[in-house]
Amino acid sequence: MSSYLLRRLLYMVLILAAASLFIFALYALMPGDFVSGNLRLSAERKAELREIFGLNKPLLERYGTWMNQALHGNFGFSLAQQKPVVTLFNEYVWNSFLLAIVSTFFTWLIAVIIGVISAYKQYSIFDTLVMIFIFAAMSIPSFFIGLFLIKVLAVDLKWLPPGGMTTTGSNATGIAYIREVLDHMILPVVVMTLLGVDSLTRYFRSNMLDVIRQEYIRTARAKGLKERVILYRHALRNALLPAITLVGFELPGLFGGSLIIEKIFNWPGIGQLYMQSFTVRDYPLLMGFTMFIAILTVIGTLISDMLYRVADPRIKL
Amino acid sequence: MRNVMEIEHLSTYFYTREGAVKAVNDISFRIREGETVCIVGESGSGKSVTALSVMGLIEEPAGKIVEGQIHFDGKQLLNLSKQELRTIRGNDIAMIFQEPMSSLNPVIPIGKQIMEPLKTHQGLNKKEAKRRAIELIELVGISRPEQIAESYPHQLSGGMLQRVMIAMAISCEPKLLIADEPTTALDVTIQAQILDMLDRIKQKANMSMLLITHDLGVVAEIADYVIVMYSGKIVEEGEVVELFDNPKHPYTQGLLRSKPIIGDRQDELYSIPGQVPNPLDLKESCYFHDRCEHCLPICKTKLPQLKGMEGRQRVACWLYEEGTHHD
Repeated sequence: MSSYLLRRLLYMVLILAAASLFIFALYALMPGDFVSGNLRLSAERKAELREIFGLNKPLLERYGTWMNQALHGNFGFSLAQQKPVVTLFNEYVWNSFLLAIVSTFFTWLIAVIIGVISAYKQYSIFDTLVMIFIFAAMSIPSFFIGLFLIKVLAVDLKWLPPGGMTTTGSNATGIAYIREVLDHMILPVVVMTLLGVDSLTRYFRSNMLDVIRQEYIRTARAKGLKERVILYRHALRNALLPAITLVGFELPGLFGGSLIIEKIFNWPGIGQLYMQSFTVRDYPLLMGFTMFIAILTVIGTLISDMLYRVADPRIKL
Repeated sequence: MRNVMEIEHLSTYFYTREGAVKAVNDISFRIREGETVCIVGESGSGKSVTALSVMGLIEEPAGKIVEGQIHFDGKQLLNLSKQELRTIRGNDIAMIFQEPMSSLNPVIPIGKQIMEPLKTHQGLNKKEAKRRAIELIELVGISRPEQIAESYPHQLSGGMLQRVMIAMAISCEPKLLIADEPTTALDVTIQAQILDMLDRIKQKANMSMLLITHDLGVVAEIADYVIVMYSGKIVEEGEVVELFDNPKHPYTQGLLRSKPIIGDRQDELYSIPGQVPNPLDLKESCYFHDRCEHCLPICKTKLPQLKGMEGRQRVACWLYEEGTHHD
């Protein structure tokens, strides 16, 4: 086990080293930089700024500097925001995380319940309705559902705020602040859940359909166990096993933000920051963000492998 | 002797895209107290479906018991609600399956799986159930029972797992044990051990047993009464001695001829010519007629009914009907 972990950690370092090279190359080799797009600057001023930002140094040296800083926990300095990248992340990432964790929770809860019932009552009216709803939800783009809900619930009915994280100009604190944020997050969470729940429901439904045809389910019935016990103790656990892989993939998603949802609902999350940085070619921030996602991805994979070991007695590490 | 189970005119059909398959087609038989009844037949003859019908484990809507009655212990099983049937399954009637490796849940320890029927049907608490489970594991001849109770199915061999299945099935001391080809997936040396043990446990607990098999060696060894099925029908039945000494139906005769005999080397083992008819396309005739060496004109147009012979033996064949002439 410990030798396995050691080996895995070594692989993780190698993968991240390779990823950093790719990420750096991707942004460094793209034509133009933070300075070149700014029309107000003279050629001399641009050269001066490149000197200051270190953009005129050889590629390898720039990569070396970047990596050296990263190893010391410093993911660079945002040129556009004039703040360390890590500080900026800290400011925005938790807003994204709040939306993601709540919607992920509801997505999984709803997907497991509906998927299980749907599989258990395959081809019933309930199952058919669920399948129709899922295909409808999968076919409609997120921006459409988002804008549609804003139009109906926020603009016409005025039940919920149309966007933002707090009411403009509000300086509520304590409980009032929490309630304000909760109000604002309902719509984005609903849209994110709607979007996530359909593919996951289909996934659980098909896993469950596989499992309830297994012979050990027939054995459980032959033992005279209650259907509820058969479904939840014997079937669900086996149907959930393959989903552990997905748990690993959820980790970067929890911190990665959502470009479209955050844009539509004007949510101050990391996705919005990422979009902004793209338009001004703030490469240090973009590189830092991409690297951050890469780190979370390898950690997520490791976590899901560990979880397999806990959940499935057949797996030895 | 009292009958434990009486099955009357049982028919179970499966509905496929091509049409209805009469997997079990109007069969009747009874199982006496303490008796071992064997159902023999080729694959697709309906023997497993008979067992699953008795257990109420036919998956609807793909399959359905369309007709018949199953009397068990003063109850009519097919009239019971799902809840009532559940209290009988695993408690008064238990079943073991062909593939022990896939018949146990891979993520639940073996001891826990044996404890489940004890807790459900006998209301034992966790501690009592665990103690009983360990006793049962020991009873089926597995050493280190405490350790085995903590193991998972993938850590045990097929023979051990089938013993575990038996321990689970007999946990509530059922009146009837149904075993659907319990030794088919195991290797030959283990087969004999498992059969011996089943027989011993059956004697000791005075259970009745319904054994499904295609192995006539197994039948000769432990059956009291034999039922031969072909294409969903019973073609012949009788006590094991009657049937082995004096098989009446040409199919039974063929089956017995195709059984290898130790010490009697033949150049070529006999096999019944032809194949089982397509179950979707059964015409009003004896279903065996096109493979039968004694086929009469009437065999091609009319289905023979079971007819009593000497003793308990019955056969469904036109050769034994009065008024049909033999060649």
